[in-house]
Amino acid sequence: MSNIPENLRYSKDHEWVAADGDVASIGITDYAQHSLGDVVYIDMPRVGDKFGAHEAFGSVESVKAVSEVFTPIAGEIVEVNDGINDAPEKVNSDPYGDGWFVRVKMDNPGDADAMLSSEEYDEYLSTIG
Amino acid sequence: MRYIPNSPEEREEMLASIGLSNGADLFRSIPGDVQLGRKLNITDPLSEPEVIAAMEEMAARNTAATKPSFLGAGVYSHFSPTIVDHLIQRSEFFTSYTPYQPEISQGTLQYIFEFQTLICQLTGMEVANASMYDGSTAMAEAYLMAQRVTRRNKIVVATSVHPEYREVARTYTKHGDAEIVEVAFDEETGRLSDLSTLDDKTAALVVQSPNFFGCIEDLQALADAAHAVGALLVVVVTEAISFGLLKSPGACGADIVVGEGQSFGIPMSFGGPHVGLFATQEKYVRQMPGRLCGVAYDKNGNRGFVLTLSTREQHIRREKATSNICTNQGLIALAATIYMETMGKKGLQEVAMQNAQKAAYAKQRIAEIDGYSIAFDAPTFNEFVVRGPRQASEVLEKLRTESNIIGGLALSKYYNERPNEFLVCATETTSKERIDNLADALG
Repeated sequence: MSNIPENLRYSKDHEWVAADGDVASIGITDYAQHSLGDVVYIDMPRVGDKFGAHEAFGSVESVKAVSEVFTPIAGEIVEVNDGINDAPEKVNSDPYGDGWFVRVKMDNPGDADAMLSSEEYDEYLSTIG
Repeated sequence: MRYIPNSPEEREEMLASIGLSNGADLFRSIPGDVQLGRKLNITDPLSEPEVIAAMEEMAARNTAATKPSFLGAGVYSHFSPTIVDHLIQRSEFFTSYTPYQPEISQGTLQYIFEFQTLICQLTGMEVANASMYDGSTAMAEAYLMAQRVTRRNKIVVATSVHPEYREVARTYTKHGDAEIVEVAFDEETGRLSDLSTLDDKTAALVVQSPNFFGCIEDLQALADAAHAVGALLVVVVTEAISFGLLKSPGACGADIVVGEGQSFGIPMSFGGPHVGLFATQEKYVRQMPGRLCGVAYDKNGNRGFVLTLSTREQHIRREKATSNICTNQGLIALAATIYMETMGKKGLQEVAMQNAQKAAYAKQRIAEIDGYSIAFDAPTFNEFVVRGPRQASEVLEKLRTESNIIGGLALSKYYNERPNEFLVCATETTSKERIDNLADALG
């Protein structure tokens, strides 16, 4: 059973988004961190980098794999969790809190609402097993 | 595992067990019109004494290895202790392959780890890889790495960096978006002093020290200038013995150190195989190319070695790989490791000192000759440029034919505008007598 907080939005690529006005915080879900195993490094973009919806903005490396991380919404990076590579295990232990990756100024603040709700994401997870 | 070819009887038996009667049947699935259909055009087998005679005849043409020679310029004559060849010819070392399976390759991985550690100590850097093909390709890879790290495209490189290294780097970067800007050295000193092309588009400042002319660069000043514009300093070292005497590039602020390890007990071999060195700071390790060996501990707390950070490599992540190199110069790096460990700190310092002293004596003797002078006034290690009264190629040809001495390298080979100058190298293998003979022959 993976943890899926109700107040967040989700993507089928297993990212979560927390919108605060026009700034969205992005990270990976509990399901993702569990599938990856122990995270050892996150390859981050730079503040000012711009991405379109579903573009890869970085990658997360665990002991057994490297996965690209996608931004579900289009926008510009305004903040990067610089300290995460000093304690990458936070992505495993606190994926929705201290394990956040980036903050994005959304091109369209409404984009986050179009993402999956926690129930929809939960349902999606049950289909992929 | 030993390689023993199969006998004709064994081959027949194997073919029979799969229902075939001759070896050509194994290739039935290849269309007849693309099959060669004839024997390969190679000579008949030779006997052992005939092979030896043929090889000796070919080897004898390599006069730089046998005549008194003052050649350097990127490949150096040094003494290799007998133990190096003796140990690397052990079959466990000589035939072993890349250590993909750490559980059965701990010996190989251990010596790679030792090699990396020694290179870190000598270069003054935090991390080194398991080696590159050679110094020139290591330098080319450093250009690419600097571009990735800084996200800039301009590479500023001094023309006092080995001309062939710059040519290789041009080949490597030809189809990418690197903008290579070459800057000339100071005519008086032989060092790089013109830093006007450094700007906020520069990914790296690339210098060689000691440079192609043997001059030792002021690396600290160059590091400061590069860092002031947010660029990396890449230091190229073609003569590894210089690590035994000069302040390490790491201590001077280098961000990437690349070079050639041939001087560490590897034969000149008419140009190769040699071994590339590549070292950088920890913060850039994920952008470094090449094989990397790390130390780890198993579940019982026992130490082991393993290839690591493999996501940099193309067989793991093709488009995002830092390079297409997925190998190293294993046996040569092992030979270099045995050399470094045999010589030790003191031995390396002593051999470096002998190089410097022999070259200083040669410099002094030649400078005394009428019509000859030392071209550049920066301090040098074991090579220096001599300016003569006429065409260097003529001077050197006369030395070769009349005195049986290879006096050095005419700079006109690479620098058209320097017809009367030649590069002279003296190492621990150059006797005082030979230096005196050279000076007497020039005078």
